[in-house]
Parts: sequence; C-alpha cells; structure tokens
Amino acid sequence: MAVLSEEQSMLRDAAKSWVQEKSPVTAFRKMRDSGAELGYDVAAWNEMAEMGWAGVIIPEEYGGSNFGYLSLGLILEELGRTLTASPLLSSGLAAASALILGGSDAQKSAWLPKIAEGTAVGALAIDEGAHHAPGKVAAAVSDGKLSGAKTFVLEGMAANILIVSAKGPDGVGLFLVKADDAGVKRTRLSLADSRGAANIEFKGATAEALSGGEALIDKVLDRARAGVAAEMLGSAVQAFETTLDYLKVRVQFGQVIGSFQALQHRAAKMFTDLELARSTVEAALAAIDADSPDVPELVSLAKSKMGDTFHLVSNEMVQMHGGIGMTDAHDAGFYLKRARAAEAAFGNQAFHRDRYAKIQGY
Amino acid sequence: MADFGGTDLEGFRGEAKGWIEANFPASLKGKPNPMMREERTQPSADQEAWRKAMGEKGWGVPTWPAAYGGGGLSGAEARIVQQELNKAGAYNPIGGMGVMMFGPTLLEYGTEAQKQEHIPPIVKGEIQWCQGFSEPGAGSDLASLQTKAEDKGDHFLINGQKIWTSGAQYADWCFCLVRTDTSKKHEGISFVLFTMHQPGVEVRPIPLIAGNSPFCETFFTDATAKKSDLVGPLNGGWSVAKRLLQHERSGLSGAGGGGFFGMQKSLDSLAKEYVGTDDQGRISDSDLRTRIINNLIDTRAFQQTAVRAMMEAKGNSGPSAATSIMKNAGTRVMQDRAELTLEIMGSQGLGWEGEGFTSEELTAVRSWLGGKATTIYGGSQEVQNNIISKRILGLPDLTNNH
Repeated sequence: MAVLSEEQSMLRDAAKSWVQEKSPVTAFRKMRDSGAELGYDVAAWNEMAEMGWAGVIIPEEYGGSNFGYLSLGLILEELGRTLTASPLLSSGLAAASALILGGSDAQKSAWLPKIAEGTAVGALAIDEGAHHAPGKVAAAVSDGKLSGAKTFVLEGMAANILIVSAKGPDGVGLFLVKADDAGVKRTRLSLADSRGAANIEFKGATAEALSGGEALIDKVLDRARAGVAAEMLGSAVQAFETTLDYLKVRVQFGQVIGSFQALQHRAAKMFTDLELARSTVEAALAAIDADSPDVPELVSLAKSKMGDTFHLVSNEMVQMHGGIGMTDAHDAGFYLKRARAAEAAFGNQAFHRDRYAKIQGY
Repeated sequence: MADFGGTDLEGFRGEAKGWIEANFPASLKGKPNPMMREERTQPSADQEAWRKAMGEKGWGVPTWPAAYGGGGLSGAEARIVQQELNKAGAYNPIGGMGVMMFGPTLLEYGTEAQKQEHIPPIVKGEIQWCQGFSEPGAGSDLASLQTKAEDKGDHFLINGQKIWTSGAQYADWCFCLVRTDTSKKHEGISFVLFTMHQPGVEVRPIPLIAGNSPFCETFFTDATAKKSDLVGPLNGGWSVAKRLLQHERSGLSGAGGGGFFGMQKSLDSLAKEYVGTDDQGRISDSDLRTRIINNLIDTRAFQQTAVRAMMEAKGNSGPSAATSIMKNAGTRVMQDRAELTLEIMGSQGLGWEGEGFTSEELTAVRSWLGGKATTIYGGSQEVQNNIISKRILGLPDLTNNH
C-alpha cells in the first residue's frame, strides 16, 4: 500500500466500508440476474455520487474535490474487490479526464459539474474493432458532423455524452457528442462480465472538438488504463484472498488442502506477483498526479503486469476451488469473466508490452 | 510521496560532499569496489587509505550506532551519503558478511561486551566474517545440523563440518551454528563466534560450475570458541539464525534490481547489437523481443516494489517476512536476464576463455552459471515459498521448520 495522506486514508476507509456493507458480490449477482439494461445498479451509483466519488479528480470550481488519480484509484480498488459495477471509471475518470485536459471553459462548465454529481454519465468511444487500436481511426468529422462506428464502448448505453476519437479537419483528435443526438444509434452488447457496453454508429451526429489532438487521446487513455488497473488490483487481491480462505477450510485426504505444498507454492507465487503488480499500479497513478513525463511507460508497465497477474489469479481461483469453482452459484466465475474483460479494456498485455518497448526504443 | 525533510538535510548534503571530496583518493574514481571481487588481492595504498577514512568516519555502515563506531545517521542522511558517493564515483569500501548479516544481528542480540568487541572491527573493515550454517546433511533443512559444540568449562570444543561457507578462505572470524543439545532439533542449536586463525580449522575451496570457488568446505577438529562468544542463550541460537537469514535475504534480493551479476548494458541494447532491428526499430526476433520486454517489466516492477517497501517501512525496524518475496522475485528476474543474455549473444555467449570472445561475452557465461546459486543459497526459492505460505499467508506447515 502506498504511503497515503490522512485524507486519502479516510477516503479509502470510507470506500471500503461502503463496498463491504452496501455492495458485496451478492449485489453484483443480483444485478446480473435482474438483467439490468445498463449493467450496473443505478441506486448504488447514485449513492456513490452522493459521497462525491464521481468528482474526485474534478477541480473544485466544477464541483469536484480535486483529490487526484491515486485517490480515485483507491476507490476503484475497493470497488474492484466486490466487482461493483458502476460508470465511475468511464465517467468520473475517463470522460472527466478528457474534459479537464481538452475541454473549453464552456464544455467544462456544461458537463463537469453534472459528471461530478453523477447526473450525467460520460463514456469514451475509441476502438473500431475487436482489439484495442487507438491508432486506427476511420470515424471522421466534417462540418461539425461525425460519421463512423465505434465498438465496445464501456457504459455506452448509460452515457449522456460520448468522447469519440475521429479524424477532423485538423487531424485525429477527440470530439464531444451528445448521446441523445439523432445521429447516434446504440446497440447494447451482452458481454460475459455482465457490464454495460455498446456498439455505436454515428451518422452525421453533431460533434464539438476538444483541443489537444492525438496527444490528448493518449493522455486520456493512459488515465483510463491506470484506473482499470486499480480496479483490477482490487479484484485480483479479493480473488486471491477468497481462494486462500478456501485452501484453509476445504478438507481432502484428511487434511486441509492448503497444507499441500503444491498449492502452497502456487499461492506464494500469486502473493508475490500481487505485491509486484500493486507497486506498478500505484507508481502509475502517482506519476499521473505528478504529471511526470514517464506516465505512458509506467501505465503500460502497470496494465501489462496487472493484466498478467489478474489472469493468473482468476484462473487459479477456479482451479483451486475445484468443481465448486465451475458452478454459477460460486463467485469464482465472476472474477474469471471480469478478469478477461478488464484485461482487454484499453489494451491487453500484448498491446502494452509492445507499447512499453516502443516507448523505450526497441 | 515521502517527504525526507528540507534544509537540514541539504546542509548535511554539503557536509557529506565536502568530506568525500577531501578523503576519496582521485585515483579510485569510477573504479570497481575491491570488496565485490571474489579474489582478495593485496590492496593498493589508496584503497587502504580510503577504507581507513571511511572506517574512522563510520559511514560505511551509516545507520549503525555511533557508540560502536557506526555513522549514527538517519535513513535519510544515509541515502544522501550514498548519493554523494555515487556522484563522486566512489565505492563503499566497508562490506562483506559482517556488514550485511552478522553486524545487524549482533546489534540486536549481542551483549554490550560482544558489541564493543566485534562491531568496531566490522565498521573499520578490519575483520572479514564467514557464515558457518549449511552442512552436507543440512541444506534446506538447516535445523538438522550436526556440528557439535561441547561445554569445556571456559570454552566450547567444536567438531564437525560446514559446507558452502562463502569466502571462508579469506575470513578472519566465523559466526557458526552448532549443536549443543542432541535431544532436541531447533531448541538444541546455539550461535557461537570463533576465530578462523586456529589449528582446528581447515578450509577447502570448492570449484563450482562457473569455474570459480566462492564457497568452501570447512572442517572443525577440536576448534575452540570462548564462552563469552555465545550469542543469545545456550540452545537459543535458532532465533538468532532466523533473524540473520532475514538480513541475508534482504541483502541478496537487492541483486535483482542492481545487476550484481548482471551486465553493464541493458538487454534491449544488447539485442539490438547482436540480433538487429526491423525497419521500425524493433528487435527483429519478435519472440525474443517479447521475452526481453517481460524481463524488463518484471525488473522494473521489482525495483518499484523495493522502493515501495522502503517508503512503507520508514521508521520501521529492519527486514520482515516480505524479504522472502523480494528474494524470490529478485533472483527470478536476475536468472531470466542471464538466460536471455546468453540467448541474445548466441554462440558468442558460450565462450569459456581465450581468443574469439569479448570480456563481456566471457562474463555473461560465468554470470549465467554463477547466478544459478542465487535460488539455492540464503534459503532456496522453495524454502522462501514455504516461509511466505506459512508466515504471511497462514497456511499450515508440514515441514516442521519453525
């Protein structure tokens, strides 16, 4: 755990107790079973917003608390523990970052206060295929109208505003599109992890440019990636702890299976990897707060290391639980499905390994 | 973010810089630390002068108490000394097992008289210590050791054999685990100190696969240790030993981040040189490139974890069970790096000696072989995993290794 300020410790503790009391994994299960259209529980999201979580990175003049990315990461980590689904990452982190970094005063005034209070949801629409490829942009804006198609937009159904990458008259950049524009057609995707996602078609939708061009896309994506990594850290730690608890109670051959060295050493390996992954995630978030020039490489380091670690831990969670881990009644499957979706979000391990090396010139 | 204070520390930085400028011989600038070399050769006059200056100042062990000759500095001040040494191209001439393992342990467990006798010569770099722990029949199961110490009134009489005694051929003193009660296992072990310069001690270096002999077999035939050189209670040596092993592990894990056995050049520059790049500047063997990236990512994650552990432990006391994690993680990335280096160099990385190979290539093959020891000594990676399972994760212990 990073060395935290007093405010950060309080924020983390508040998030921990809310998540444990109000949003255990059973809440996620209930949401999934209900077939919730948006992929999250709206009442729970409203509670989070009331606690100010949607405005953690938003400047005070726009209704936020300006606490920074490491602070928001602490909340995401706690939410990740119980797989709590919410637009916090899409809206309070990714869309908010795009507006803070690239929005005009008018755009900020119009949307940041609503995002901070949770009355508007923002989403990031970047990819146009099944793999994360922010460099491949066919969507285009001419005369202020956007045409094209975006895939796997997280919280795309819930969104009130979409932050879309497209080619404009001045090159590739980000554009702000209202989701209720007549030129926006959304198709809900039902994914294995039960979270909200959509494919979105744009046919002449009104689009306002954000400033910052391609560099802005990278900056916003890096913030989103670090946020996903923080959520993944919480999920992976919980998946591990749940598994460890099971190793201590499941009896076979007259002893708890946690006494078998074959399992002990795999548990020790997971614990070691989790410690390493935590360091990478916290370093990436701290670098964003410090606006350090090595944000891109530290984020790719974190997303890749965290992805490998969650991948391993989620597989081991099912394996070490044995048959019970294969049943829908057990939570292991939720963590496994969430792991793969989170790994893919904003670039999987292969994407970020390649990016890490390219940044360093090899 | 850690705040290591303001103006006072900057004042100290000036003092450290000034002292190093005044005392570090210019001829040694940028030269390797003779302590890091396996073979001990006669030190030059400048090397001796530098060791004595640092020894008198106590800055070779900057955080040890001034009462025993140590630097008496805070952690923040010690880091400044290290930074200023680095800037000046100066090495720390005070090192070895006395500094890394034995000194910290004695400061914790020794009597006042023992500390007064044994700590100052370590601080001054006058005495080299070796570690008498492993035996032919007691490796990972260290507590099954058999070397016996009999109580002869004013001294112990020691008989038995140790193995893998690092640097025993150059050591002046030995800290040694001996059996003082044969009816119990862990509770029959004591921790004693004795001089290696006595007739009952015989040392035989063991040639290893890397072609060198960093470890020895050490035989004790009626060797003696003074009763006053028993550390901790009689039959209470196991606790002292466990603490010492934690210090050992925290020292060893540093190797993963630092490049103790490693190469000067990074893997990616080596690969560009030996394997080449494609038209986009990527290492042209994409399979190799991915594995290099993984190693560099893991190395970075390890270094970040070391920094994090340091920040979190600020004001905390010494190494913890976390050192087991660090040892395994550090040695893993180091061994992978050595394997990758060989693969990158191809057949040039298999040269043993002589013509046709650069010194870098010859170093690579020796480092690769020598590095295999790192997951065996100081508690093998399997023993570390046992420790993590039991002490951190709370899983049951079937090995009865307390």
